[in-house]
This record gives sequence, C-alpha cells and structure tokens, in this order.
Amino acid sequence: MALPNASKYQAGERDLIAADISAYLAKQTSKELLRFITCGSVDDGKSTLIGRLLFETRQIFDDQMAALEADSKRVGTQGANIDFALLVDGLTAEREQGITIDVAYRFFATAKRKFIVADTPGHEQYTRNMVTGASTADLALLLVDARKGVLEQTRRHSILCNLVGIRRMVLAVTKMDLVDFDREAFDAIVADYRAFAEQVGIAEWIAIPVSGLTGDHVAGRGEAMEWYEGPTLLEHLESVPIDSAADEAKPFRLPVQWVSRPDQHFRGFAGQVASGSITPGDEVRILPSGRMTKVARVVTMDGDLPQAVAGQSVTLTLAEEIDCSRGDVIAAAKDPPHAADQFEATIVWMADEAMTPGRGYWLKLGTQTVTATVAHPKHQLNVNTLEELAAKTLDLNGIGVAELTTDRPVVFETYRDAEGGPPNRVLGGFILIDKLTNATVAAGMLHFALRRAENVHWQALDVSRETHARLKGQKPAVLWFTGLSGAGKSTIANLVEKKLAAMGRHTFLLDGDNVRHGLNKDLGFTEADRIENIRRVGEVAKLMADAGLIVLTAFISPFRAEREMVRRMMGEGEFIEVFVDTPLDEAEKRDVKGLYAKARAGELPNFTGIDSPYEAPEKPELWIDTTKLSAEQAAEQIVSAIMDFERR
Amino acid sequence: MSALTHLDRLEAESIHILRETVAEAARPVMLYSIGKDSAVMLHLARKAFYPAALPFPLLHVDTSWKFKDMYALRDKVGAEQGIDLIVHKNPEAEAKGINPFDHGPLHTDLWKTEGLRQALDMHGFDAAFGGARRDEEKSRAKERIFSFRTASHRWDPKRQRPELWSLYNVRKNPGESMRVFPLSNWTELDIWTYILREAIEIVPLYLAAPRQVVERDGLIIMVDDERFRLNEGERVETRSVRFRTLGCYPLSGAIESEADTIEQVVQEMLLATTSERQGRIIDRDAGEGSMEKKKQEGYF
Repeated sequence: MALPNASKYQAGERDLIAADISAYLAKQTSKELLRFITCGSVDDGKSTLIGRLLFETRQIFDDQMAALEADSKRVGTQGANIDFALLVDGLTAEREQGITIDVAYRFFATAKRKFIVADTPGHEQYTRNMVTGASTADLALLLVDARKGVLEQTRRHSILCNLVGIRRMVLAVTKMDLVDFDREAFDAIVADYRAFAEQVGIAEWIAIPVSGLTGDHVAGRGEAMEWYEGPTLLEHLESVPIDSAADEAKPFRLPVQWVSRPDQHFRGFAGQVASGSITPGDEVRILPSGRMTKVARVVTMDGDLPQAVAGQSVTLTLAEEIDCSRGDVIAAAKDPPHAADQFEATIVWMADEAMTPGRGYWLKLGTQTVTATVAHPKHQLNVNTLEELAAKTLDLNGIGVAELTTDRPVVFETYRDAEGGPPNRVLGGFILIDKLTNATVAAGMLHFALRRAENVHWQALDVSRETHARLKGQKPAVLWFTGLSGAGKSTIANLVEKKLAAMGRHTFLLDGDNVRHGLNKDLGFTEADRIENIRRVGEVAKLMADAGLIVLTAFISPFRAEREMVRRMMGEGEFIEVFVDTPLDEAEKRDVKGLYAKARAGELPNFTGIDSPYEAPEKPELWIDTTKLSAEQAAEQIVSAIMDFERR
Repeated sequence: MSALTHLDRLEAESIHILRETVAEAARPVMLYSIGKDSAVMLHLARKAFYPAALPFPLLHVDTSWKFKDMYALRDKVGAEQGIDLIVHKNPEAEAKGINPFDHGPLHTDLWKTEGLRQALDMHGFDAAFGGARRDEEKSRAKERIFSFRTASHRWDPKRQRPELWSLYNVRKNPGESMRVFPLSNWTELDIWTYILREAIEIVPLYLAAPRQVVERDGLIIMVDDERFRLNEGERVETRSVRFRTLGCYPLSGAIESEADTIEQVVQEMLLATTSERQGRIIDRDAGEGSMEKKKQEGYF
C-alpha cells in the first residue's frame, strides 16, 4: 500500500500543541470561519482533493486511516493507492453507486481558519443540491481535470455559483500529475476559462494547478511545478476575504425571530443581525409598520453589549413600547429596506412535481412567512449556456425568472448587492413550501419589486383602509372608464355617481379635464406624458380607495399596459374596467368639444384615434356599447353591476 | 470592523436554530443526554432565550445504566430554577429487566430507540433538539439541521428538505416531527474550546482519574456499580482513565490517560490517533452503514 506523504503542513501546529496547549487553545478561539463549496465530480478528483485537504490538515485519525486503507483495497478505484474519495462519500446507497447524491458538509481547520465545506455532486440532475450548498458559501472551488479542460459542467457550475451570488471562484486544475505537471496544459485551461469568465461576468477568480494524489499545491508546494508562482490552495483559502465581514459595512437589519417576555418589565426582540451594526441609542425603524424608536439595550447572557454586528444572535430592547413581532425587521432608521408584495425573482425549482403557476405556496423569507403565487415564468435559463428559453412552468432543477405576488407586503432587499458586496442572503433569498406536503419546493432570489409605490410603505398608518371602508359602510372600488375622446365616459360616469350618491355611497369622480387643470397640468400628450398622467391618476384613485371611497375615473387611458398597471395597484377585484365603446366615426360625428376637427386640421398632435392608437380592453369587467344603450341605460347597468360587486 | 471568531459564528448560528424552532414548532423539547455536547447545547439554549427561562423541557431518555456521575449532573441541572426535566424509562424494558449484559443490541433498541419514540409520542413533542454533529460519522455529514421524521419516527433520506441560507422549513403535518441539530457544524475541537471559553460544567468522567476498570474485548470498561458482571478471568483494577464519549457504562470504552484538565484532554485528543466514536460498542454492531441503519429506525 502506497501511503501518501505524511503531512508536514501541520507540523508546527502539532509542536505547539505538545509544548504549550494553553497557547494553542488561545489561538483556537481567534480563528475565522470560511465556507466554501466544491464543484466537480468524482471523476475530476474532487473527493480525492477533499480527502487530501482533510489529511493535510490532520482531520483524519489513524483508525479512519486504517479503515480507509482496507476500503481502498476492497472497493477503491486507485489501485494500490489510498482512495481518498472513500473518506467523503457518505450514505451506503451512494457508495455502492459510486456517486454522491446529496450535500455533505466537511470540516477542517488550519491555524488561521476553520473551514466548512459543502460537497455536492456535479451532474446536472443535482442542480438543486449545488444551489443548496452554494447558498451559504463565500467561495466556490471548481475542479477541472487537467486532461479534459473546461467542460460544459465547469461552465454550468460557474454559472450556478454566480447566480447564487458567490463572488469568488478558485479553478483547481486537478490531476496535474497525469499531464506530467505540464505548464502549457495548465495555461491553455486558464485562457479558456478566462474567456468564459469575462463572458458571464465572473470577476474574482484564480487558477491553481494541483494534484490531490501527490498533494502538490494543495498545502505544500512540491517540486514538480516550480513554474507556478501563485499561492497554494490552502494559502489561498486562508487569505481570501470572507463575506460575513463585508456584511458589517451594510445598513443595519435584524429580522425579529422571537419576542422575549419573561415578565411584565422586559420585552426583548431576539434575532440574528443580518447586516450592519447597532449601538444603544441608535435610531431604528420597525418594518413594515414604519414606526421609529431607539435601541435601548443589546442584551446577552454575558451582559449587555456596547454594540452588535452582522452575524451575532442578540436580543434588543427598544426605548418605547412599540408593536413589533416575529417577521418584523428592525432596521437603521435612515436607511431602511422596502416592503412590497409583487416581485420579480429567479426561482430554482427543487421538487419532483413541477411548479403550478397561480397556486398558493408558503414563501419564507427571513422570519416572514406569507402566501405567494408565482406567474408563468418569463423565461427559463439554460444553465449550460445562459440562454433564455420560453417556458410554461419549471420542472425539477429548472431555473427561471418569474413574477410573484404575496398576500401581504414583505420586507425585502434585492438579492444581489447593488454595490457589488456579498449578496443579501437574509432579506433577498426565500424558499417556497408546498402547502399540502410541507416540502421545500423551490428557492428564490429577489430581483426587485414590481410596484415602486409599495416601497414607500414606511409611514405608519393607525387607521387602516379596512377601518376607513368600515366607517363608510361600503366596499371601496375603482370604476375605470376608458374609451375614445367623446365616447361618453364623463357623461355616463357623472350619471353613475349621482345614482350612487342618492343611494348613500361615498364616491368621487376623477375626470380628465379636472385633473389636467391641476395635478397634471405639467403633462402634455406625448406617449410618455400620457403614461405618467394615468400613473398619477391611478395613484390618486388608489389613495381614495384606501380612504374607503368608490372612485370613478373618466380618462381615455389609451394604453392597455397602463390600465393593467393600475389594476395591479388595487386589491383583488377592486378594479372595475368600464369600456365605453363608441366607434371612432360615431365619436368623430358627435365631436362635442370640437377636438376631432382640430386634430384633423393638425392642430392637436398625438390625438387618440387620429394619430395616436387606442388599445381597446380585451376583457373589461363592463362593456358599454353606446350605439345600443342610452347614457341613462348605461348608468343603470353599471350601478347594478356595483350592487353585485358589493354583495360578493 | 469587529472580528467575530469561528466560535462566535457557530454560537450565533446555533442560537438562531434554537430560536427558529421555538418560534415555529408547537411543542419543542431538548434531548438531554448529559454528555459534553448536551452540555454545550443546553448552554446555547440558555443564551438563546436569556433573560427568559428555557421555553421547552429537557428530556432524558434513561436506560438505568448510565454512570453515577452522569445521574449526579443530570439531577443537579434538573433542580435548577427554570429547568423542567423529564426523565423517561421505557416501562417495557424496565419490566423485562433489559440490560447490556444479557440482551446485546436489544438493550439499545428497547431503552434508547423505543424509549425515545415513547417519550416523544406520550408528550406530543413535534421538534426534538439533539446534540449530534456532522463531523462525528460519515453518514451524518449529509444530515440536515432540521431532520424530518415521518409519523413513525423514521428518517427517510429521500424526504429530507433542502436547506438554503439560514432558512429552515419547520412546517409539518400532524404526527410528523423534526429532529433539530443545532450543533451540526461544530467539530469535537470546537466543542472543547467552547467548553473552555464558556466554563461549561461537564461530567467529571471526561477528565482522567483513578477508576475501577476491567478489560473486555479490547475495551476498558468501568465497574461503576455492583450490577457489573465479571466474566471468568476478568480482574478489576484501578487505572487512570477518562472517557471520550459517555453512554451506558457497561458499553462505554475508556482510554488510559493522565489528562485531568480540559486543556490536557484537548492536547491528547489533538495528538491522538483514533476518532471519537471508536470507544462506542454500538457502532460496531452491524458493521458497514450501521449508524445510518440506526438513524432510519429512529435512533438519534
């Protein structure tokens, strides 16, 4: 049995252990922690390399070594040599198949750092495992067989790691012993990867030529590759920056996990600091309520702390008695995160059963759990090429981009840090849980909120929109009249409002003319201004609906997209689109205000129906054909529809 | 920039896990085995919920064959204010007088595996904290932090949930339960350095002292009480020994050692050449994959 060279790397450590254990232990308490993921397959020498790392850092005891020698003889694939792969393959079934099918976590340490290694299988059908392992990693160790070079698999792993926000990669070119430690073979692989990395936007990476079998450039330098002047693998792992340190520089966030109320006098908010730091006296905002207060104490069993930083699990007390419970986020008052209920996100599907668009899943993000529905994917990602493909759903291991809607606002951050820092894992990463089986079916990373308006959710509202509506004894709604100029929108809307008022309803009519004289007098009739006009009217209508009113709006609102935008702003079923359908020639014939004549004369550019399009609604809630109904009949029909709506 | 050390980060992660479980589970419980890992886990729990008392009871699944020193520490912990200690002994095993001398593997099956199931079912616990670590054994390297168990307490490798970031899915249907391992990412060395740093009380058996032992099947077994049965030719002698792991005393192998401080124990461990579970008889029962099999049956 050819035993590998005994480790010299830890010799200094062992001397210290033997000579002065107290000094050694003092050093142990000041180590840093680095998490990394290994990507590659057994064929790339991955298990051999990990086994080598464990061996070099003395994580393998003699009894394990003896078992390993025996196993190597029996089922090993290295002939007379030690098969380090046997050290790291776990479950019986996997060992029989000769592949790892899950995420295994390994540990080793050097004098400077403790390492947690997520070891995941490389095949495409294990994308979910890789994403799982990558989610907590500061760094990715990509293995490339020196004989095979950069493969599709290497590219896929790089893309996946990049997707999950790993910013630092190590390209370990393995099995250098099998190419006679040839520099040119190494350089060719590096050049190949460089071209790829530039293409997909991987900025920080380093290539190291290694041999797991001989140990060259794993811990020691060896003599076979003197042409390589960079760090050994362990040297690099010991010195590369750690994400969690950079998290401290970000604004303060603490998702509340648990409220501590041991007695009437103490009320503490327990949680792990996601980012930033906090000192007693600092102003904070509680989200999503938006209330402000100051931090009174940072409580721990070891006494109050003068400061808490990212990564620490602490209990905060606040200067004032304020509503705050699990799921809320305590954040820096000056730089709080936003809350929203519609997002675009990257979704990694992890269940055998495909995603069902429109179905409600539990969404857990930080300490918040809400119901979320996912729309049909905008596209699915080919993880080998980054190509965007059309898709109706996502299957196991499918990765796609989709919009999702939650049943209440979620305090969030975009997963990718805008400043290029570590990803916002805590407030940007989420899982989806099947409501029937409770299985974790997907992981997701938020891109952005779809409704910017919701981002300004900080103002605390003591009287809710439900209260407003209840006080008025009615169901708020927005009746959105759309149609050509002169179609009869304002006339009919006026009649409807009169009828509703007579029935004791609290209403308000927003009319194109009255709004354009005030709120929107800065806007003209270009396409951009028309969109902005509708956006503002939508916002005002939403505020009024929040106040409990039945809002009627009469605007041409020619573009379908803007009407849909307004629809999305309102609560489910609250937006009632009324298409006042008057054909162009009929409207032009009526020409109550003489506008068509002016437009035809070229005096009114961008006039809807003449030189600017009108996109008729496809499925309006109400369709009023003015060639068949009088204004009075139309109004009656609409009022009765509102009565139906109120009864629903 | 502060410098959180790896122990600070492990501590914070464990506290996060403990709190997350308490926030989401209906009836959590902490399995308290009295060993050093349990001691660390209990210490972390106190930190997690300070200044409140522990929001869950401790459960000791007793076999009636633990070391006397273990019972002493257990009873001391149980008497503390704010600690609710439940001791469960499988009545069937007690009635049948199941013991490690006559019943072999059945001893562990009935007292521990079956006893644990009984206790969990009896109290309706839906989440049980255990002190297992991933570095202990190969099959544990893939164990989740929140390990899902079916209504019959079985561990099904195919139904384990992916764990991303620090997001744990604690949801389950009635009857199903979770084993939760807050120490998953700790190594044995982390445990010892943390015990030192935090001055956590542990059973004195971890430190070397002159003890009454016999040698049997290559293991050094302590004669802890009068129930110990000597085989022919066996001789009780006094040797300076300590234990790396603690269980039922007739099944726990000691190692000869002079290390009577934690520092010296760590020193010996680091310079030693055998891994931690080597002293446990139960792992040898079924050879290849035995721990995995036990786990599927519901043993921790």
